[in-house]
Amino acid sequence: MDLVIARPEGLYCPPGDFYIDPWRAVERSVITHAHGDHARSGNQHYLAAAPGEGILRSRLGQDINLQTLPYGERLQHHGVTLSFHPAGHVLGSAQVRLEYQGEVWVASGDYKVEPDGTCAPFEPVKCHTFITESTFGLPIYRWQPQAQIFEEINQWWRANIAAGRASVLFCYSFGKAQRILHGIDESLGPILAHGAVEPLNRVYREAGVHLPPTLYAGDFKKNDPIMGQALVIAPPSAGGSSWMRRFGDYSDAFASGWMRLRGTRRRRGVDRGFVLSDHADWPGLLWAIEQTGAERVMVTHGSVAVLVRHLCEQGLDAQGFTTEYGDDEEDLATAVDSGEAAS
Amino acid sequence: MKAFAELYAELDATTSSNAKLAAMQDYFSKAPPEDAAWAVYFLSGGRPRQLVPVKILRDLAVQVCGLSLWLFEESYQAVGDLAETISLVLPESPRSSDEGLAPWVEEKLLPLRGESPEVLAERLPALWAQLDRPSLMLCIKLITGSFRVGVSKLLVTRALASMAGLDSKRVAQRLVGYTDLSHRPTAASYLKLIAAESDDEHAQRGGQPYPFFLAHGLSAPVAQFDALLGPASDWQVEWKWDGIRAQVIKRDDHLWVWSRGEDLVTERFPELHSLAQALPDGTVIDGEIVVWKAPQSVTEDAFDPDAPLQPAVQPFALLQQRIGRKTLGKKILDDAPVVVMAYDLLEWQGEDWRSRPQAERREQLEALIARIHSPVLLPSPIVTGQDWLDLARQREASRSLGVEGMMLKARNALYGVGRTKDMGVWWKWKIDPFSVDAVLIYAQRGHGRRASLYSDYTFAVWDNPPGSRERTLVPFAKAYSGLTDAEMRQVDSIVRKTTVEKFGPVSSVTPTLVFELGFEGIALSKRHKSGIAVRFPRMLRWRQDKSVDEADTLATLQDLLK
Repeated sequence: MDLVIARPEGLYCPPGDFYIDPWRAVERSVITHAHGDHARSGNQHYLAAAPGEGILRSRLGQDINLQTLPYGERLQHHGVTLSFHPAGHVLGSAQVRLEYQGEVWVASGDYKVEPDGTCAPFEPVKCHTFITESTFGLPIYRWQPQAQIFEEINQWWRANIAAGRASVLFCYSFGKAQRILHGIDESLGPILAHGAVEPLNRVYREAGVHLPPTLYAGDFKKNDPIMGQALVIAPPSAGGSSWMRRFGDYSDAFASGWMRLRGTRRRRGVDRGFVLSDHADWPGLLWAIEQTGAERVMVTHGSVAVLVRHLCEQGLDAQGFTTEYGDDEEDLATAVDSGEAAS
Repeated sequence: MKAFAELYAELDATTSSNAKLAAMQDYFSKAPPEDAAWAVYFLSGGRPRQLVPVKILRDLAVQVCGLSLWLFEESYQAVGDLAETISLVLPESPRSSDEGLAPWVEEKLLPLRGESPEVLAERLPALWAQLDRPSLMLCIKLITGSFRVGVSKLLVTRALASMAGLDSKRVAQRLVGYTDLSHRPTAASYLKLIAAESDDEHAQRGGQPYPFFLAHGLSAPVAQFDALLGPASDWQVEWKWDGIRAQVIKRDDHLWVWSRGEDLVTERFPELHSLAQALPDGTVIDGEIVVWKAPQSVTEDAFDPDAPLQPAVQPFALLQQRIGRKTLGKKILDDAPVVVMAYDLLEWQGEDWRSRPQAERREQLEALIARIHSPVLLPSPIVTGQDWLDLARQREASRSLGVEGMMLKARNALYGVGRTKDMGVWWKWKIDPFSVDAVLIYAQRGHGRRASLYSDYTFAVWDNPPGSRERTLVPFAKAYSGLTDAEMRQVDSIVRKTTVEKFGPVSSVTPTLVFELGFEGIALSKRHKSGIAVRFPRMLRWRQDKSVDEADTLATLQDLLK
């Protein structure tokens, strides 16, 4: 039997009678990670991987009815054995393994295969059926090793310091921001963070992730000499707002997997685009799918049709799942403009 | 190649003119002259003829990257640029060629032209393997002739001028014709661009034209003209012709005709060759090439069929048909004979007249035209009026006269270089475009900055008036400009929600969107389903206040033809 089916409320496990990352309020929810399109408020009961607790509570409220489970530990519910396994996407992100009457399914939520030091690295889990995302499910998406990207960011920052102007780097405030903070060369200069980024930094630090010291950008006035040296980490929504005025003459950049394409880069209208994503690239998706040993693959949000067709050509039984994660296939590429899409 | 790819990346990454200038100056100051020669060529819009057929290029790329054809196509649809797609799907090369742009272009790329598919299949992958991703994309763009980057010729000129310590007008003049197909950039030709000024430089050599002086658009209401421009009597007013801007050059017993795109078009206009005898050496005339003849069809209200019809300017569409022809047969020459509507004199008796006032140049031009009395060289008539209001009234006749409005040229202005205002100004005072309300029925994803956004639309009007029992939408124009980025995103999301069917990159939609479409000209056409072809269609306004039923009909378009 199918351990997970798509229902109007979300992905549903019939024998266990619970939902995974539901987009409508339900009784029992299992949450893969705390990004807004996966963890929504209003559910009666939440179950999540233990390292994600801090973020989930800070985003959905301290008083949510949340039960947590360490990675790898098993829990029985209505005859279904459930466990969480690292997805390598953001702090606390997990794949959900479900076992029922000898049948094993894994729902991966969002995942990234390159370890980054800010969260437990992706761990392939053997299963019969694998539910995979497909955000970057086209062969044009292939990431460079992150060390190379961080070096590019460092160089850009250094050049800006030499020119005496601030370096404003836009990125998603949960996950990407901390990964960048963790990866860049903190000795280059002071780092300023936007008000949306700072609370998440706190949660990461509390979880034992090393982040360099950050200053709250709001504490500085326009023309403060610190600006000419500083790296500013801000969410995309801050771009073009009056908040930016304090930086005077600055160079701006955007860090996202979508920056791989010249068109999206230019549409963004920033000086630089750094190709850095918290999702698997095309080879990463194919590698992860292969590692699970699954013969059946259910594809969610992203390039669903493309990945399904490709996997079928490889002899797998692949199908699409309609979900409300991310957005429609092509909207994702353009949603970068609104700054809200996972990247 | 690598250095040029880095320059391209820098130019592509910024919207600031100063940053672009700095990047170009940096490149030019470091590059060997033979590389710089090609860089100037490509940056100022030069394009060699296509070196490899796109189909072969695409098939080879698919073969090398090992993807299914459909997967490559899906990738291309997402990227919206063939060269970029290929560079993204081919295996990343660990090496990167440091060899210069000139050896790459001359020894590796240009020799590809005309090679058999077998030879190409051997050579191209070997070339690709030598390039890192940015260089690879650039290389393919050079091969397909699709190299474009956001710098204007003026900016390239400024970069060269400031690096060489020259006046940028001088560099602009030397650059004219640099990108013509007959010219091959060399170290020597580049060094000539940036060489120190010489005394005899004012004496133009051979068929070299002058940089064209370009006009600025004028859209202020006529009531403000006195304040903005001063009295009308300070201005030389002419009709704005809708033809091909050209310079006619007679030197050393030879005639050259250059178009504004800086293409040598002498051979395209054999009827102008008689000017080689008529014009004295050392003459350069600026004007517009237009089709000039008596209208063919006898209108119904012509009472006297024997009365000869006066020759007049004909629609641009007719000229366009002729431009498109490979060979110019007798029929097309009879159907669309051209003349030069002369409006300026840039060189006279071998002397550069550009720094003389407009009025003086005009006077000498008229004297010259009167003297040689050639049927293919007509003076663009001066329009006189008491004041701006009077001129505005006369301008209303533009459409029936077949012109686009008026040109205003300051009587004391010198002849400038490009679109500048420092030597005097030319204004184009155009009439409002034709406009109709049309319905969006197909949308296609765009390219470049608009890749994966539905940004190119096909528009239709109704074939019958409202209330007809049955009526359908007839497509008549495609347009992709005029919307703001925000509007385009909105339209994009509506297109996605209302898509009925997809044909490759094109989606048909349930008609819900009405736009006011503007265009400059309208003509009968056998090639279009609607029987009508419009010129420069673009979106003027999104009519969110109008329903699809309120859109215009084919009859509205036909009325505009009269």
